[in-house]
This record gives sequence, structure tokens and C-alpha cells, in this order.
Amino acid sequence: MSQKHENENIKDIMDIKKRSQWADIWHHFKKNKAAIVGMILIALFVCLALFAPLIGDYQDDALKMNIRERLQAPNADHWFGTDEFGRDIFIRIVYGTRISLFVGIISVSIALSIGGFLGSIAGYYGGKIDNAIMRVLDVILAIPAILLAITIVAALGASIMNLMIAIGIANIPGFARVVRASILSVKDQEYIEAARAIGAKDHTIILKHVLPNSMAPIIVFSTLKVATAIMATASLSFIGLGVQPPTPEWGSMLSGGRAYIRDYMYIVLYPGLAIVLSVLSLNLIGDGLRDALDPKLK
Amino acid sequence: MILNNSILNVEDLVIRYVTEDGIVEAVNGVNIKIEKGKTLGLVGETGAGKTTTALSILKLIPDPPGEVVKGNITLSDIDIMKADENKMEEIRGEVVSMIFQDPMTALNPVITVGDQISEAIYIHQNVSKKEATEKAKEMLEMVGIPGNRLGEYPHQFSGGMKQRVVIAIALSCSPKLLIADEPTTALDVTIQAQVLELMRELKKKFQMSMLMITHDLGVVVEVCDDVAIMYAGRIIEQGTLEDIFRSTKHPYTEGLFNSIPSIDDRKAKLKPIRGLMSDPYDLPKGCAFCDRCDYQMEICKTMKPEKVHFSDTHFVECHLYNKNKDFKLNNGGK
Amino acid sequence: MSETILEVRNLKKYFDTPKGKLHAVDDINFSIEEGKTLGLVGESGCGKSTTGRVILRLLNATDGEIIYKGRDIRTLSKNEMRELRKEIQIIFQDPFSSLDPRMTVSEIIEEPIKLNKLIVDKEKRFERVIELMDLVGLSRRLINTYPHELDGGRRQRIGIARALALNTKFIVCDEPVSALDVSIQAQILNLLNELQEKLKLTYIFITHDLSVVNHFSDDIAVMYLGKLVEKASSESLFNNPIHPYTQALLSAIPRASLDNKVEKIILKGEITSPINPKDNCRFADRCNYATDICREKEPELEEVAPGHFVACHHFKG
Repeated sequence: MSQKHENENIKDIMDIKKRSQWADIWHHFKKNKAAIVGMILIALFVCLALFAPLIGDYQDDALKMNIRERLQAPNADHWFGTDEFGRDIFIRIVYGTRISLFVGIISVSIALSIGGFLGSIAGYYGGKIDNAIMRVLDVILAIPAILLAITIVAALGASIMNLMIAIGIANIPGFARVVRASILSVKDQEYIEAARAIGAKDHTIILKHVLPNSMAPIIVFSTLKVATAIMATASLSFIGLGVQPPTPEWGSMLSGGRAYIRDYMYIVLYPGLAIVLSVLSLNLIGDGLRDALDPKLK
Repeated sequence: MILNNSILNVEDLVIRYVTEDGIVEAVNGVNIKIEKGKTLGLVGETGAGKTTTALSILKLIPDPPGEVVKGNITLSDIDIMKADENKMEEIRGEVVSMIFQDPMTALNPVITVGDQISEAIYIHQNVSKKEATEKAKEMLEMVGIPGNRLGEYPHQFSGGMKQRVVIAIALSCSPKLLIADEPTTALDVTIQAQVLELMRELKKKFQMSMLMITHDLGVVVEVCDDVAIMYAGRIIEQGTLEDIFRSTKHPYTEGLFNSIPSIDDRKAKLKPIRGLMSDPYDLPKGCAFCDRCDYQMEICKTMKPEKVHFSDTHFVECHLYNKNKDFKLNNGGK
Repeated sequence: MSETILEVRNLKKYFDTPKGKLHAVDDINFSIEEGKTLGLVGESGCGKSTTGRVILRLLNATDGEIIYKGRDIRTLSKNEMRELRKEIQIIFQDPFSSLDPRMTVSEIIEEPIKLNKLIVDKEKRFERVIELMDLVGLSRRLINTYPHELDGGRRQRIGIARALALNTKFIVCDEPVSALDVSIQAQILNLLNELQEKLKLTYIFITHDLSVVNHFSDDIAVMYLGKLVEKASSESLFNNPIHPYTQALLSAIPRASLDNKVEKIILKGEITSPINPKDNCRFADRCNYATDICREKEPELEEVAPGHFVACHHFKG
């Protein structure tokens, strides 16, 4: 034989550490400075959402009106100033973070589970099933997502729950397409055929080979979609179809403050910034993940 | 100076790629000279630096990560190292063109074949669009495709036909030097024979010089006059076809010959070169081939071999011939 | 005489395409004896890879019989087929796409053993993986690397180890060396040769390169557009190629030698489309000897010398 074997004994070899793929991904991810900035910002938002009660009381600080302190510019007591009802804008933004992240993540989860399920069936089995599923979804896709969400909310009534359902449903076709495309590209790889040749069953192939290899674009797409969902939440709330006042939500804060924009610009500035920063961060993370998740990229 | 007759002159070319994992020493002091009307075969394995060398002649090394550390390239009396991008655009196509390995990706799928050929003519030659189209039709017929297929798109052609189109584009401005990077590797044998035949004819017709990159010594015999064997970024043996095939000197060249399954001698046992090419991130201090060589000596591990000349045309870089120029390899050539 | 291990009778595989029926494999017959190698040769699109996949039932045949050790593979139930997969395996052409990029070397080689529950004990299974790696010449320290960190030759060794992990008797080698450099190609060919002797394997060796099968095969079958055009022992085929296509194939191979120059037979045109073929000789359009009969009638595969079969109107007996 042309290659010599090193005479290492079995025990030594068993100790050779398998480099975890997550470590690899992290190694690539952290080289992308922008993605790291996005990650830090999102971590900050998550912390704010988690520890909101430590920053201020929901009832007393975020909801209760205090006309005497209305429309104060940012100062030591009120970092971001107060709104037209004298509520602290910073604390309202902190509680708004909870809603935005929650709605974003839940609605994407809804879309991912339903769309992902439909997409993987369409992609793996192909043929008539594929055609049937995708044509129905095409019909939904023909309606702009935000209009669809508006229609659903208008039909179901405005509440956080309905908002999540509406945004979730509007995103199903998008997820189905991405999952289907991703599965299609993996399905024709020779290693799938190789797995069949060694006697692997359908579900083993899907779970062990197809899904892990089609995850990358799905993860990236989900990250980006959370950002879009946050935007959609804010948009719907802005036009009064989402979260209802006085509940603190970035979009409805914008909406409430827009009458004062000429003189008290900070009322809309800070909620606006919160939307921009969260959406931007998620997009940066998404881009970073896209590069880091490709196992062939060295 | 005997420069007048040479189309391409590469001197002491050093190219490396700086990546985050380290520095890849891709080309380490390469000298190439091609005379008018001659074809040089550049032979070596994947990663030997063949394509990098070729791209540097067109000044197409991606930078970063690529970096031409030193060297001179003279192409038909033009100093490539000093030429700016505008000058290079003029040179590419008109003085030198390149054919790539994969004809499927070398053509633009949304532009008709005729437009792709005439575009090159229109850019480089002072002709009207109509004349360019007329010329394109001529070129197409010359490579053996009916002229009336001018208006078709690449996907309407088969693999071999596409490679013919690529050749037509490369030759449309009658370049002085044609660089062909494994032009037949992606093709079936019978089609390969057709394309090689075509290239031989065209070479004769245009009196063109050619740099033929390949890993197949069989292809070399078909079209080349001279052969340069490349290993780990250096040309380790060079000579005429006769030199290389009849009096093989370098153990690596010998190994290459022994690796080829012979169609005429069924009983011949394959004797592959053992091991793999050295890690280009970490080339050995001595001879790069040392680890895989059957004739390995102490000196090979520590010192880079110098050129040993056997004739005006034939040289080798190997310690075996330091003292005794008549040293014979076990198998010689074929 | 050794026994026939596989016999293929009247095998057909058609694909439905928007333009019509694509005759990828069209009524072919051959058999292989145990421990021997059959070279299946032809250009891309001739149906040789499809034949390999149909034999392994990775694709379902349209018609015909595939008899392995006396049983027709096409009639086996799913479970019986899974049982049979322990014996018949495949090595793929592309060592890049045939290995799951998210699995390590050991995981890839281990997978067939694990799936078929051949060795349940983890440590024993690990020892078997090491044994297989030694067998195919993979350095042990590579055990936990990922395929994309390795070169083509090593990856192909992983693919071979995976194919040998079960109680393999029969391997379809689908162009196992055509994606590799010459020097590595020779290493892999020698490895396959050694393994055949050591493990008494039977191979179907699919390739477009006649010089490769020359070293390897006992018998050779040449395919053109879904049909067998010539079938003979290697000896007989190389010394006395009869079909014009085989002759052209042989002459077209570039020879790395300055001596014994062979007159090149340059074929006209390229392989035609296998969609809805006409009832004539499929090679007629490119054949230098074609006459009227070739364009009208399809030639049958006939024995022209003992064990030497040819399908050509011009060489009958």
C-alpha cells in the first residue's frame, strides 16, 4: 500500500478531539466585525427585555400617566425624556422590546414550523405533492405580506395574539420556498444516494443528511425574517391594527408621538432608533451567519 | 539578445497567496520561454501552480489574496509587470487569450454565441458591427460549426461545441499567444480527439504560440513541442518532447509516466508515486519532492537542487545529477 | 469456472422527459462471474451510470431482470433489499459530493455499520473503523477530520472504506478515478486491485476511459446510447476491436508515448439524443462505415467469435 500507517494505538486515536462544527462556525462568525456588533446589540435588547422589571415598574412607570411631567426633554431622571402623557420614554422602550422580540420570534416560529413542514414535503417528495402545495402558496405569495397581515388582523381583531398569527401566516409561503429550495439542492447530492445504498431508511436520510445540510439558508432566512416581523409589528401598531395603546410598543409610540414631532422630536426619535437598531442588528447577524454556516468555506 | 523570436518570456516569477491560515507559496521562481509558433506543455498535478502561472501572464491574479512577489513577464515585447489595467485590457484578447477548462461556465448563457464572438472582435479591431458579425461567422465555421448557428444560445450547444465556441472567441483577434488551461479535460475522449485535432490545425494556420496546461502526458504528445514539468511551484524538468519522453531525468517525471495506465501494454503494472504533494503552506526546506521520491538522498532533505543542464533544451532540478550526469533512472522514459 | 454472481437480462430504464421517453438503458444483457471485473465503458450520456444505479435499485428499472445470486433484485421487498445492500455497494465518481460535509471521517465510515446494526458495541465499532481506514490506506490521525479538509484521493479512500464497511461482495465502481490526478488515480486503481484480491470482490467498473479498464477488467462491455455495441474479454476487445465505435474510442485515447503512433479515427459529430430513438443503428450518424441498412435497421448483438459479441451490420460472423 502506498501510504504508511502511523502506529498509533486505538486509545490514542479515540482521544483525538473531534472539532465541533459549532466551534468552527463561531470561529468564522467572530471574524465578521459587523456581525459581532449586531450580536452585542441584540444581546443588549434581550437583556433589556429580560430585566425590564429591574429598570422600572410596568404599571407605575410605563403605563401610568403623569401629566405634570409631560414632554420633558431627556434629563437625569428621564434618560430619553417623557411623552405627551408624562411617561418615561426609556422605560416604555424597554417594555416595548419585550413585545417586539416576542412577536418577532413567535411569528417566525409559526411561519417556520408550518412553512418548513410544507416546504420539506414539497421538496423531498416532489412531483404532484410539490405542485399542489407550491401553487396554493403562490396564491398567498401574490398578496403583499403586509396587506395580508392587515386583512387577517382586521378580520380577527387587533391584539398581540392576532398580530403574531397574522405575521406568521403572511410569512408561511416565504419559508416554504426557502426550505423547499434548500432541500432540493441537498436531495440530489450523491451522499444522499450513498446513504440509500447503505440501506438507510427515508426518515434517517431526512433527519441525518437532508435537514442538517439544508439548515444554513433556513437559519439565515429566519434571522432576517425576525427583523422583518419586528418591522411589521411596528407598522401594524403604527396604523392602529397591532398593539393597542397604552401598551408600550415601538410602532404605537411613534404613532402617538407624531403629533409632537415638530417641537419634541425625541418622542419619536428613540422608538425609531430602537426599531432601526434591532432590525439592523438582526440583518448584520444574518449576513454573518450566511458566511459562517457554509462548511466548505475555509 | 535572442529575445526577438520569443513571444513569451517569464523570468524568476514568484507568486504567493496570503490567507488567514498562512502563506501559500504557489509559484516559486518559474522561468518560461515560448518562441513564435511553438507550443509549450505545462504539466503537473492539481495545486502545482500551473493555472496561477498562466493567470499572472494575463495579470489576472486576484489580489488579495494573491501577490506577485517578484519576477518579469515579457509578452511580445510588452512588460506585463509595468502595464496598467487599460493596457492589459488591450492586450487580453489581442496579444494573448485564454481558454478555460470548463466550457459550460466560460460562456455567458444569455448572450447569443455570435454576439459573444463578435463582441471581442468589435472591441479590439477597428471594424463596424456588421463586419464583426461577418467575421464571427467566419470564425464559427473555422472551428467546425455551421455559420447559421450564430444566433443560438450556449445551452443549445453540446459540451464539445461549446469548447469550440470558446476557442473561436479566443482566436477571434488572432492573438500571438494562446493559453489553454486543460481545454479537453471536461470532454469525452472522442470529442477530445476532435478538439485536439482542431487546435493542431489552427495553430499551424495562425502560426500561433501556445501554452498548454494539462495533467495528461498523452495530450502533451498530441500538441506540444516542448514540455515543462511543474511541481510545487517550480519547473523541475524541461525539455523538448524527445528529451522528456526518451530520456526522462526527474524521478517525478518518471513517476508520472509510471502512473499512466497504458492502453497498449495490459500487463504493465501501475507504479504510482507514493504519498501526496507537500502542503503548500509549509514547503520542505530541501527538494519539495523529497518525501515521495524513491531515489531520496540525505542532501535532498536540506538543500534545494540546482538546475543541471543536459543540452540547450533539456534541464532538470535534481541532486541525482550533481556529480554524475549519466545517472540512469530505473525506468527511464517511454 | 467460478459462478455467475450477477446476470442482467433485457434491462431497460426509460425516463419521462417533456420531450418524450429518454432511453437511458435500452435492452442490455450481461453477466459477471464471482471475483471478476466487468468494465462498462462509454461516453457521458450513454447510460452506463444509470445501469449501475439500476442494478443497486437506487433507480427502478423500467423492465428486465437483474439476477443476483439467483434472485431477481427487482422483485425483492424493501426489507430483503435492505438485507442485500450489505453485500452490494457503490463507489461514486465525485469524492466531493458523495460524502456528507457535516460528518467526520469516522462518522461516515461508521454509518453503514451502525445503521445495519452489525456491531452494536461502540468501542468494537470504532476498532472496525480503524481497521477499515488501515485497509484503504487512510492515516489514522485523520479519523476526526471533515471531508472538505482532505484532498480528492483521500476522500475517495473514505468512499471506498464506506463501501467495504459491510459484508461487501459486489461493488459498482462509478468512475471512481476520473476526478483525480494521474498519480493519485494510479494509487486508487492499485488499491482497488489489492482489495479485490484480498476480499474476493466482484466489480462492475464504469468508466469512460478505456485505458483504465484495460488494467482492470476481465470482460468489457462498450455502451453507446443505451445499447451494448460490443462485449468481449478484455484480451479480445483490445487486440481485436470490431465495432467502429470501439475502434474509434481506442484510437482516440491520447497515448503518452512517442512510439507506436496509432492512426486516429476522428468521429463525426457528437452523441445524439437518447430521446425517442429511431429503429436504426444508433451509431449510424457518426459512423464512417454507415450504409443504408444501418439507417434502416437496428443491428442485434451477435457472437462473432467465441465470447466476442458485436452489434454491427457489417460484421456478421
